[in-house]
Amino acid sequence: MTARPIQFYFRGAVQTISGQPATRSVLQWLREDACATGTKEGCAEGDCGACTVVVGERDDTAPGGLRLAAVNACIQFLPTLDGKALFTVEDLAKGNELHPVQQAMVDCHGSQCGFCTPGFVMSLWADYETRPAAPTRDQTLSLLSGNLCRCTGYRPIIDAATAARAQPRIELDRAPVRAALDQLAALPALDYHCGDTHFTAPRTVAELAQTYAARPQARLLAGSTDIGLWVTKQMRALPDLVYLGAVAELRTVTREAQHLLIGAGVTLTEAFAALTDAQPAWQELAERFASMPIRNAGTLGGNIANGSPIGDSMPGLIALGASVVLQHGDTTCEIALEDLYLGYQKSALQPGEFVRAVRVPLGASAPTHFRTWKVSKRADQDISAVCAGIAVWVEDGLVQSARVAYGGMAATPSRARRCEAALKGQPWSADTVRSAMLALCADYMPLTDMRASSGYRSTTARNLLWRFWLETGGASVVPTRIAEVLA
Amino acid sequence: MKAPHTVIGASLPHESARLHVSGRAHYTDDLPLPAGALHAAFGSAPLAHGRITAMDLAAVRAAPGVLKVLTAADIPGENNCGPVLHDDPILADGLVQYWGQPAFLVVATSHDAARRAARLAKFEFETLPALLTAEAAMAAESWVLPPVQVNRGDAVSALASARHRLQGAVDLGGQEHFYLEGQIAIATLRDDDTIHLNVSTQHPTEMQHMVAHALGWRAHQVSVECRRMGGGFGGKESQSSQISCAAALAAWHTKRPVKLRLDRDDDMTITGKRHDFHIEWDVGFDAEGQILGLALTLASRCGFSADLSGPINDRTIFHADNCYYLDAVAIRSLRCKTNTVSNTAFRGFGGPQGMFAIETIIDDIARHLGRDPLDVRRINFYGDSAGEQRNLTHYGMKVEDNIAPALVEQLARDCDYAARRLAIARFNAGSPVIKRGLALTPVKFGISFTATMYNQAGAQVAVYSDGTVLLTHGGTEMGQGLYTKIRQIVAHEFGLPVEDVRLSPTDTSRVPNTSATAASSGTDLNGKAAQAAAQAIRARLAAFIAARNAVAATEVVFAGGRVVAGTEDIAFAALAAQAYRARIQLWDAGFYSTPKIHYDPQTMMGRPFYYFAYGAACAEVALDTLTGESRVLRADILHDVGRSLNPAIDIGQIEGGFIQGMGWLTSEELWWKPDGRLMTHAPSTYKIPAVSDCPPVFNVKLFEGENVEDAIHKSKAVGEPPLMLGLSVFFALRDACAAATGGPVALSAPATPEALLRAIGGLETPAEAA
Ligand SMILES: Cc1cc2nc3c(=O)[nH]c(=O)nc-3n(C[C@H](O)[C@H](O)[C@H](O)COP(=O)(O)OP(=O)(O)OC[C@H]3O[C@@H](n4cnc5c(N)ncnc54)[C@H](O)[C@@H]3O)c2cc1C
Ligand code: FES
Ligand code: FES
Repeated sequence: MTARPIQFYFRGAVQTISGQPATRSVLQWLREDACATGTKEGCAEGDCGACTVVVGERDDTAPGGLRLAAVNACIQFLPTLDGKALFTVEDLAKGNELHPVQQAMVDCHGSQCGFCTPGFVMSLWADYETRPAAPTRDQTLSLLSGNLCRCTGYRPIIDAATAARAQPRIELDRAPVRAALDQLAALPALDYHCGDTHFTAPRTVAELAQTYAARPQARLLAGSTDIGLWVTKQMRALPDLVYLGAVAELRTVTREAQHLLIGAGVTLTEAFAALTDAQPAWQELAERFASMPIRNAGTLGGNIANGSPIGDSMPGLIALGASVVLQHGDTTCEIALEDLYLGYQKSALQPGEFVRAVRVPLGASAPTHFRTWKVSKRADQDISAVCAGIAVWVEDGLVQSARVAYGGMAATPSRARRCEAALKGQPWSADTVRSAMLALCADYMPLTDMRASSGYRSTTARNLLWRFWLETGGASVVPTRIAEVLA
Repeated sequence: MKAPHTVIGASLPHESARLHVSGRAHYTDDLPLPAGALHAAFGSAPLAHGRITAMDLAAVRAAPGVLKVLTAADIPGENNCGPVLHDDPILADGLVQYWGQPAFLVVATSHDAARRAARLAKFEFETLPALLTAEAAMAAESWVLPPVQVNRGDAVSALASARHRLQGAVDLGGQEHFYLEGQIAIATLRDDDTIHLNVSTQHPTEMQHMVAHALGWRAHQVSVECRRMGGGFGGKESQSSQISCAAALAAWHTKRPVKLRLDRDDDMTITGKRHDFHIEWDVGFDAEGQILGLALTLASRCGFSADLSGPINDRTIFHADNCYYLDAVAIRSLRCKTNTVSNTAFRGFGGPQGMFAIETIIDDIARHLGRDPLDVRRINFYGDSAGEQRNLTHYGMKVEDNIAPALVEQLARDCDYAARRLAIARFNAGSPVIKRGLALTPVKFGISFTATMYNQAGAQVAVYSDGTVLLTHGGTEMGQGLYTKIRQIVAHEFGLPVEDVRLSPTDTSRVPNTSATAASSGTDLNGKAAQAAAQAIRARLAAFIAARNAVAATEVVFAGGRVVAGTEDIAFAALAAQAYRARIQLWDAGFYSTPKIHYDPQTMMGRPFYYFAYGAACAEVALDTLTGESRVLRADILHDVGRSLNPAIDIGQIEGGFIQGMGWLTSEELWWKPDGRLMTHAPSTYKIPAVSDCPPVFNVKLFEGENVEDAIHKSKAVGEPPLMLGLSVFFALRDACAAATGGPVALSAPATPEALLRAIGGLETPAEAA
């Protein structure tokens, strides 16, 4: 690959950037180099949304061939913008004429100190551009889930999301953006050097496999929603990065009768849409997983490969019997997802090997009942204290098989084998579930930390099993979840 | 008669709203830096309590981009940033008093370089025993300030003779401010031994003095400016001084401009929070629930230094009555010294904790007697202002404007309290897993700084010869809408549209000797001062035009951008131009000091408050008894802002305050490791309310009425009081817990899922839900 600078569309022209370390964040570049200070830093870890920007990518299925999504600029590395378009709060107003989302924020008194406001405006704008009709209240809550405001209490901002749609529409002219991105697409794949940092963005799986096999010491970078924090918070040096985001093949979802195959580079937003489509029980977890901008950037492959004990996708996937397709050079293999995790931050991946896809069984092999839930201090955008994935296969009133997996209970997401054994072969009944709850006590020895005590984790893990029974076992207890009384 | 076009009482947008939404509002970090500017970062000592026996900074000095590393020895003046006592070092001098305390300052070519280098220090310590909680400090009798006792009547005998008596204790957590914009200061040396600072601060004057002391300079060498903050909430009242002093110090040493912006984690580790409390009580009451005697211990964790803990804890005492008459009461206030960060002002300034205590007691009384808590609240209210009974507070101030009973009745009616109470009981009877709860709680909050001297303000107003107005005052803008309201006040005096009035940044060199923008008093004080300045100029203009029309100056009308005197009707701008040519002074200063207030800090008796602001909220919640998770389903609020200067801004304060108060008492948990290290130091672990925590049904109304005192346009302060409306959520959760247990409830705050599950006894054994 030939070295070249980073090129992306910004403020109506193509920006060419070199001389910046590969781990420089988009936010640092905006504020410190481009003198574009409208985008704010509130946390530098993806949690507050003050830095929200919108990134545009070529996508023939999107209107105007341009897909727009809100992301957190503080944890995106500058080279990941290569071939894309970047929009910030300064792009919206035309002179003194505010964009409808901005005007609605003014009219609804949606800003007080105003520090969070540019971030909210960009989340609203991304929605405005991608959803033709006004968002419902639930959709508004979802699209603003990554933006914190300490002043307003949110009510006026929620109102602004609909008020913006009552004004004459002003849409982004996508044609020139797409044309610029088409030109950038004709450039060779990015191989970027700056000082002792190296960033490579292969475009095919073959190239990726080759590059990574040749540079096994490199760090694979997907959505950087985990990795970004290693740099901004832990101050780790990441001199060698191989980026997955430019590999189109990794970004595909294939649904067949017997399985769902999700490429490792598919964003969490798209992955959860596919999972929910196949198994509506994913819905609640999908909404509570991080926030909209994190789900737009982060990938399912990254969640799985990162292997955090509190990663939220894994318990549900393990319960469903998902497997992962791994690739090293030209060789691929497939293993059960739970077998990927050997210990705390220790995976079965070999140097130079990567996750290519996740396979989720569907159809005949799908369970009779399935639920996946997370429990956390705050409903939205919080890390789980406990996360559960529970699946049972029931036939003639007997549990043929059960797969129960938890996060937050051990050093890795893992199956509750004793609990499963207590269920298997037993009548699907309250008594069976009670004994499974007892058995569960012996499955885990969770830790106490700032998210929850060990006792709370154990209790809640058991109680989720009880709720599973209440919802699927025919007992007529309603409601079983707050969501039902919220509606 | 009020002119119809007056801007007073109009729901105008925030004066910076258009800038906010377009990213053009400049916060301190957005200001262009002068050439050669440097960046600083604190280096922290990783120990809760101990002596530094060795501090090896060689690697820090050698790190890329580092120009200077400063320690306590490099401070030319006083190593202190404590606002009251001089017990708060800018940089730890040998003794480390909490985990993460700054011990040195790195100055480097970039923010990133400074932060990276700051981690490279090597310390050796002699570890000292650390007191980490209020209870531990109580046992060790470790205080930052001596205990305070306030008695009224004979609580001991009242307790002894009461028909019912209950004892209890509760822990109430602190709260991180989580202003979206972190602490920041930029210091720029100017010629002739002067320095200018741009600081995100609620208290520019104090920054001025602290920087002067740190440099060994005098006040007139230092100027401090703040155009706006990205939130303050009390966290930038005293605590921005450490940042200001450090930036000034670095600028002085390097002779270059220096920016010090704290990274979020550093900010949350280094700056103080709302005081957490350990509360104990012994209460006697009659069969109806009326309180007859109360002994109350209010122990707060102040941290390692006094900061503002004295007045904060005083305010806790002053609000331990909330809306209720306490006949025989003995309050012991303990200001615990601990090896934790120094806690500080936070919206409500100790008041919310006092109110939490009495509301918990009332709730316990109600559950003990099997009565609706709202009925027990009612029966304990202060007598109304007409009566002479039951209307003297325990600190000797008469409650003259008691609208709490009327306000509560109106809210109870509007929100259908009684019917919903029944509906919820019915729902709970048939719902084993999800329980609902309901609570209606009132607020009475005293307005004024308890330290009488701070109740003063100044402003400067200038009318230019083209009729435009520029003004500045001593208050700071942190989102609360102070600039917007003052602009309205001044525009009103001149009869101008607000567009003709601009505000320039708050600057100690323009308005001196200002008080902190705090105690909700910003508009009360600065509004009156700005009004006085504008009125002085208007009087001159009126006299000028009256003379040539042979009318009295008092008959001149300023309205709609025009001035009318007799038959003459002239544009304000034209009149200003004429007045300028006639050599009439078109600028002036205004000053205000609050009347009527006095208070003796020794006896804690007097009238510390000019008036009270009232409010009430009714919250309905749902509790998941399997996980302890909860949500607010509905909130109804009726709040008293007197005659509103700007209803939109006031409602914004009320809603925002309610949500912030709710956060304090629900999801916002501060969690320390046993070694004293705060682990919830970022938004990933510290959870303020997010958008979906906004209640799906949220009705907020302003109570009709006006301030009985002569406050600016008969309005009332609104900054802090609404925070305490959030108490309704906590007590609704307590109600839901009671529905789950059917018995008394011991619920600590914050009511996290874990605290709630513990309160309903669900933590240890598997829940038998069906
Ligand atoms: C604000 C915030 C909220 C969050 N909330 C949640 C939450 O609610 N639940 C949750 O589970 N997580 C959460 N996360 C964590 C994170 O978003 C997820 O783990 C996400 O899925 C990571 O994906 P990514 O593409 O961003 O991975 P990256 O950060 O790019 O990479 C993560 C790790 O995976 C490796 N990796 C990535 N792709 C591959 C691959 N194909 N093969 C091999 N290795 C690979 C990388 O080398 C790295 O080690 C949150 C993060 C943030 C910042
Ligand atoms: S700065 Fe907080 S999310 Fe980026
Ligand atoms: S307006 Fe201040 S944080 Fe949202």
